[in-house]
Amino acid sequence: MENKLALSQERIDRARELAKRIVSPVQDFIVEHTTVTVERATLRLAGADGADVDGVPVPNLVVDQLKGKLENGAITYYVNALLKTGETVEGLNRKIAEGFRIGELPLGDKAAIDRKAKELVLAFAERVKRNRAHREAKLEQFKGRNCSPLLYVIVATGNIYEDVKQAQAAAGQGADVVAVIRTTAQSLLDYVPYGATTEGFGGTYATQENFRIMRAALDEVIEKEQRYVYLTNYASGLCMPEIAAMGALERLDMMLNDSMYGILFRDINMYRTFVDQKFSRMINAFAGVIINTGEDNYLTTSDAVEKAHTVLASQFLNERFALEAGLPPKQMGLGHAFEMNPTIENGFLLEVAQAQMAREIFPDAPLKYMPPTKFMTGDIFKGQVQDALFNFVSKFTNQGIHLLGMLTEAIHTPFMMDRSIALENAKYVFNNIQDLSGEIEFKKDGIIVKRAHQVLEEAVTFLETIERTGLMEAMEQGEFAEIKRPRDMGKGLDGLVKKGPEYYNPFEAYLINELGLKA
Amino acid sequence: MIVRPYGDTLDDGAVQLSFTLPVPDGPRGREAARLFVEKLGFKHAEVVHSHALSEGFSFYVAYGKTEIGIDFDTVHVEEAVGEKVYGMYEACDVIKEKLGRKVVVVGACTGFDAHTVGIDAIMNMKGYNHHYGLERYHEIEAYNLGAQVPNEKLIEFAEKVKADAILISQIVTQKDVHIQNMTEFIELLQAKGLREKFIVCAGGTRIGNKLAVELGYDAGFGKGTYADHVATYIIDRLIERKTAR
Repeated sequence: MENKLALSQERIDRARELAKRIVSPVQDFIVEHTTVTVERATLRLAGADGADVDGVPVPNLVVDQLKGKLENGAITYYVNALLKTGETVEGLNRKIAEGFRIGELPLGDKAAIDRKAKELVLAFAERVKRNRAHREAKLEQFKGRNCSPLLYVIVATGNIYEDVKQAQAAAGQGADVVAVIRTTAQSLLDYVPYGATTEGFGGTYATQENFRIMRAALDEVIEKEQRYVYLTNYASGLCMPEIAAMGALERLDMMLNDSMYGILFRDINMYRTFVDQKFSRMINAFAGVIINTGEDNYLTTSDAVEKAHTVLASQFLNERFALEAGLPPKQMGLGHAFEMNPTIENGFLLEVAQAQMAREIFPDAPLKYMPPTKFMTGDIFKGQVQDALFNFVSKFTNQGIHLLGMLTEAIHTPFMMDRSIALENAKYVFNNIQDLSGEIEFKKDGIIVKRAHQVLEEAVTFLETIERTGLMEAMEQGEFAEIKRPRDMGKGLDGLVKKGPEYYNPFEAYLINELGLKA
Repeated sequence: MIVRPYGDTLDDGAVQLSFTLPVPDGPRGREAARLFVEKLGFKHAEVVHSHALSEGFSFYVAYGKTEIGIDFDTVHVEEAVGEKVYGMYEACDVIKEKLGRKVVVVGACTGFDAHTVGIDAIMNMKGYNHHYGLERYHEIEAYNLGAQVPNEKLIEFAEKVKADAILISQIVTQKDVHIQNMTEFIELLQAKGLREKFIVCAGGTRIGNKLAVELGYDAGFGKGTYADHVATYIIDRLIERKTAR
């Protein structure tokens, strides 16, 4: 491990131990519960898809029919219906979309249901393993062709076909990662819309069809550019596991997935999110998807200098939640951001300290580094310089995933030329300082080293407080991002279900086994 | 006084432009870009840089000189707040002295907009760029309801806490979604007969006083607004209303 900051391993271990103890009681709660979207995700993994004439998706139709029975697991009834009707998955989906009610069928032989369900699990597993193998083969074939850190851009036209043009152009200009921004409304929908989006505000819906369209477009570019292009979407909001399921099936490579973001920034109920994030992360883990966590959001609401330790603390917690879901460090794109006020004297040194500290504490994680947004003013010329400094810190501290800053941040969603200017800026800086990191050591008791030690120490103290209080209590009291979230409030609480003694979910069981998790 | 853009000599009319054309980069693209700049009315149009964005798109940086001028004496703007802006302590003193009670302000980022950066800058304790937010004002009771708050909920809450003022933040403006949402809010207030009960302000990077007033708000606050401006506006209106009664 790189060790320029001489951080105390004992303090780092202490923080990890605290994170483990903080997350442990939450895990106990999680394993006893399921949610409507966990059930719908399971149905999707089994092949449930399509929508009725009003656009209600088939997984929602099924779960809505099973009110009071969800504690047994929705998949039982879906598989039972397959057996009773003799239909294929596609045939059954069509019937359900036309109004067929599977909840009313008498339950058949359990062993037969189990046999059929395991066939579906196998089909799912094979498809996802094929996706994984394909990605790995392409990454191997085009090894060394991606930038380091990976250059990540967003497309956000609201029309998936327009997004395709922008994404292909960006990939042609050198982008390694393309994220398709979701329409801001989606995080609070308790269903995943069906079909292609051609008119969205601030983005498109995350739908399986949109995933397919963009994947095909990027696959085309990959062959042309002889460089792998990662596809990213958002497994956040009220449907984390369902979107993760669609991402696994359609070979997405990265997904935004934070264990607490929905609670804090979308006012989603904490019980609901904790249960949802676990299953979604298990799916991400199995699919080889790199998660991107959302610590950058703390800094847009709070001060980046004063609250730096909350970012580090959250990284420890996100890491712990990820480990509990079977994600290896190389799939943990832990987040942070370059969000200090540019007027601060030596602010650059503090940014270097923060980024280098994250690098050294999480050596195997492809850290996701977010650009300046809060202090971008509309002065595009100054913005370009802010982005250049951000690019410098990112390369200098060997970040993993570099979200490109746009000079027009705070003005509009990126124009095609904005993205090109940002890519040129980053490529210039990265190339120009390619080996600088290896040449530089930090002064032992200098500003950078001292700052990193201070932030780590504050994070340990903060985690100690959380451990004493309990994570859920701490969130109720507003310890994170200065936002208070009572445990019985927030959206989606009515979708939380305690698992019954007969709860059946062979997909979950398969993932637990594959990922080597405790049942 | 007639004014023109200034490069390095008074009245030279120098303007810098950058844009994308949906054509391949090359001599024809550059000439098309130059002709475009000329057609805008610029003299001495010059394309100083171009590069390909993709096979079918290219980027241009150009300069031109304009003869168009603006009579500065005839330019008028209507900002919500005049020259006099209270600092935090001064604002609190004025409230105590002239109103004699706490001022209640409710704010939210409404509709589907999830970007709280604007409302946070105005309301959060910490504020923005060394200007404390309304939560820090001793004489203001500030409630920041956060993001994606339905208009209905916001009004309900404002009634519950007997708000003096409601602040609405809108950051996402793609396809004019903010206008739709802002209009709906005012219509809802009017339908409930509550429009006159509150001072209603809108804010956001693309929202100015003019637009907000057109949509039926009392005031609008755009780029460069701090809590000081918003507080000053609210306090002055409340004092006006008090003395008018």
